[in-house]
Amino acid sequence: MNKKILAGPYLVWMIGFVIIPLALIVYYGLTDRSGAFTMANVLSITKPEHIKALMLSLALSFISTVICLLLAFPLSMILRNRGMGKGSFIVFLFILPMWMNFLLRTLAWQTLLEKNGVINGILTALGLPRQNLINTPGAIVLGMVYNFLPFMVLPIYNVLCKIDDNTVNAARDLGAGFWQTLIHIWIPLSLPGIISGITMVFVPALTTFVISNLLGGSKILLIGNVIEQEFMKSSNWNLGSGLSLVLMVFILISMALIAKYDKNGEGSTF
Amino acid sequence: MTRLKRNFKRIWQDFYLVIIMLFLYAPIATMIVLSFNNSKSRSQWGGFTLEWYSQMFASRNIVSALQNTLAIAFLSALIATILGTAAAVAINSMKRVPRTVLIGLGNIPMLNAEIVTGISMMLTFIAFGVTMGFKTILIGHITFNLPYVLLSVMPKLKQTSKYTYEAALDLGASPLRAFFKVVFPDILPGVLSGFLLSFTMSLDDFIITHFTKGAGVNTLSTLIYSEVRRGIKPSMYALSTVIFVSVLILLFISNLSPKKQEKN
Repeated sequence: MNKKILAGPYLVWMIGFVIIPLALIVYYGLTDRSGAFTMANVLSITKPEHIKALMLSLALSFISTVICLLLAFPLSMILRNRGMGKGSFIVFLFILPMWMNFLLRTLAWQTLLEKNGVINGILTALGLPRQNLINTPGAIVLGMVYNFLPFMVLPIYNVLCKIDDNTVNAARDLGAGFWQTLIHIWIPLSLPGIISGITMVFVPALTTFVISNLLGGSKILLIGNVIEQEFMKSSNWNLGSGLSLVLMVFILISMALIAKYDKNGEGSTF
Repeated sequence: MTRLKRNFKRIWQDFYLVIIMLFLYAPIATMIVLSFNNSKSRSQWGGFTLEWYSQMFASRNIVSALQNTLAIAFLSALIATILGTAAAVAINSMKRVPRTVLIGLGNIPMLNAEIVTGISMMLTFIAFGVTMGFKTILIGHITFNLPYVLLSVMPKLKQTSKYTYEAALDLGASPLRAFFKVVFPDILPGVLSGFLLSFTMSLDDFIITHFTKGAGVNTLSTLIYSEVRRGIKPSMYALSTVIFVSVLILLFISNLSPKKQEKN
């Protein structure tokens, strides 16, 4: 009995700084400035400029997630098949960037891509024409893939490590080729990790405002930028909260996906 | 498979690993090189210099942001570790339903988008009339650190046997003494890695800080953000290098220390 009191401070803290804040977003999102109930904030997502930002966010984060998956799966397969243990230095190197300040990682790409940046400097030195690299949707996708790739690698790698070699060998003995083993063994068995990786990449990519701000310039607005501006510039909290509620629907969908495919927490990153 | 074919496959795989490694580290390496470059141009090497580093340490803004960052990282990690460890001990002795509820509560800030967590806290502080500044950043960081402490300590607690604790009680130790003499040494690696994880997370955070900081208070991340929008100065590269190297060292410590203890 005595011991359970120890969870008290934690419980109070989480209610005070997680539950109440989320309740406030719901409250602000569903009321207008005078405090009367309205759906206008949530429905303002259908305004052309908002729907455009949302669609662009969905498109860019979808593309980034697919690229991350296509890069991370073979990488994790190679790392696993080389029998590199979990604590191995090489694996550590691929996961390390995950813990590096993502603002700095984005800044690094800004340095490379800018008009007077490193890549254009090298092109000029080689006598080639300068390229317009920054402030394009492509630059944003690049920034997203770069920032979130380790979040895809780690869960997939963790799941792949748990697959028994005997299962794979059995498939081979029964005459399955490389592609058949991939489709019938590797992919189904690593599904929890893949789903976990997809959400770990998709949610932050969908909601980012930093990457689009630094690599997309002021002309390309993602839904994260719209929300950030409503709070920090226009001070229209009701509208910002309403749009956040829309965003949370997508987050809830991806959490439900995780819960469905990853019941035992096999694909968890930490 | 013929030997040639196997060799070819191995070379192809090595090539792939190297390409991804380059993709991950080349941008960081570029920034580190530029921090020592004695030329404002980003594509010409003008010789080695430490000028950007001395400029960085001469800037009052940067030094005060550094102090804030370290103070917030240390305090938030410390408080989160104490609250989180206490909660983990309590949760470990609970039945399934309250346990799931309490752990689920911690999962919310971990799974939610950071921008939503950030603005929800900002709304709360403003709604309750709290002036935003150092304190509110600290509160924000403790909140997102708590679940990571839980995650680090809970597995260690599961490994401990409750009988040793009960034996200590039977032998006349007070619960507190029994905890610190018997249970705590067993879970210490988890507590330490929770602390280091929290410290790193806090050092790294930008989004939550962006929304919970008041005017005039900066951490390194928010300072870099506001500076970068005005154009990148070479002293920012020096600062980035310092941050990268510190995080690298911290990660090495936190990744290597628990494993050593497990082997023992």
